[in-house]
Amino acid sequence: MKLDCKHVWEHISEYIDGSVDAKLREDIERHLEHCEICSAILDSTRNILILTADERTFELPVGYSERLHERLAKELESSKKDSEKE
Amino acid sequence: MGTMETNEAALIARILAGDKELFHELIRPYERMVYLTLFAIVKNETEAEDGAQEAVISAYRHLASFRGDAKFSTWLTTIAINQGRRRLRKAKGAAEESIEEPAGGHEGDFTPAPLTDWREIPLEALERKELREALRVAVAELPDIYRQVFVLRDLEEQNIEETAEVLGINPGAVKVRLHRARMMLQKRLVPFLKTTAPARRGFFGRAL
Repeated sequence: MKLDCKHVWEHISEYIDGSVDAKLREDIERHLEHCEICSAILDSTRNILILTADERTFELPVGYSERLHERLAKELESSKKDSEKE
Repeated sequence: MGTMETNEAALIARILAGDKELFHELIRPYERMVYLTLFAIVKNETEAEDGAQEAVISAYRHLASFRGDAKFSTWLTTIAINQGRRRLRKAKGAAEESIEEPAGGHEGDFTPAPLTDWREIPLEALERKELREALRVAVAELPDIYRQVFVLRDLEEQNIEETAEVLGINPGAVKVRLHRARMMLQKRLVPFLKTTAPARRGFFGRAL
């Protein structure tokens, strides 16, 4: 089946995730071979995902981990005291 | 069962047997995930950090109720989501946050924006700080239901089933929302890229 661009867009997300079936994958790939528009959309979406997974994009607040473990240490301390009382 | 889960199960057993200090180690690989989950819901750094701490403490206190039939990460994410929703309700001081599809949610335009010059942009462009900032803003501005799915799937790299489970929606809805989120982001970032990429003329930017 020959796919139009809109049809390809509808499946772009699943295509990226590798969850389209073999037949559809083949149709999409055949379309991408000659369609610059869809290829660029695919590339741009992929790049956004790469950027999203890059740890520098979504950074944690400075000192987050230290504060978390400090708080946890206090909790562990008090729960130890509780179990000693028992 | 992978090595990670085996180690984790062993860690959990030892913590429950009294080696409580090991909880620090158990939680360390998930610190980032817990924070991002909270942030996706409350959208405020301080609230997200406080919530992340509460979620981790809560996981510690309730560790005995973790049965091991779910993955630890899924269980922990559920706690984080509940913590986030509780904070949101408190902040809004109103009725339960709606996690339903907004009215007319299926009618939206979720088509991507066409461009042909992205591939002309060298990979180094992805290193630009401004692009990362634009992405952060775009993600923050996604409608809640799309942002939550996007963060779980594409930031935390949880799978479809896990995402469906922790959000209490079906896997089909995860796929639909993820697709829409990605397309909205693509659309949002394309103009940003166009202004920074060298301009090209012609039909869809194609050289005539």
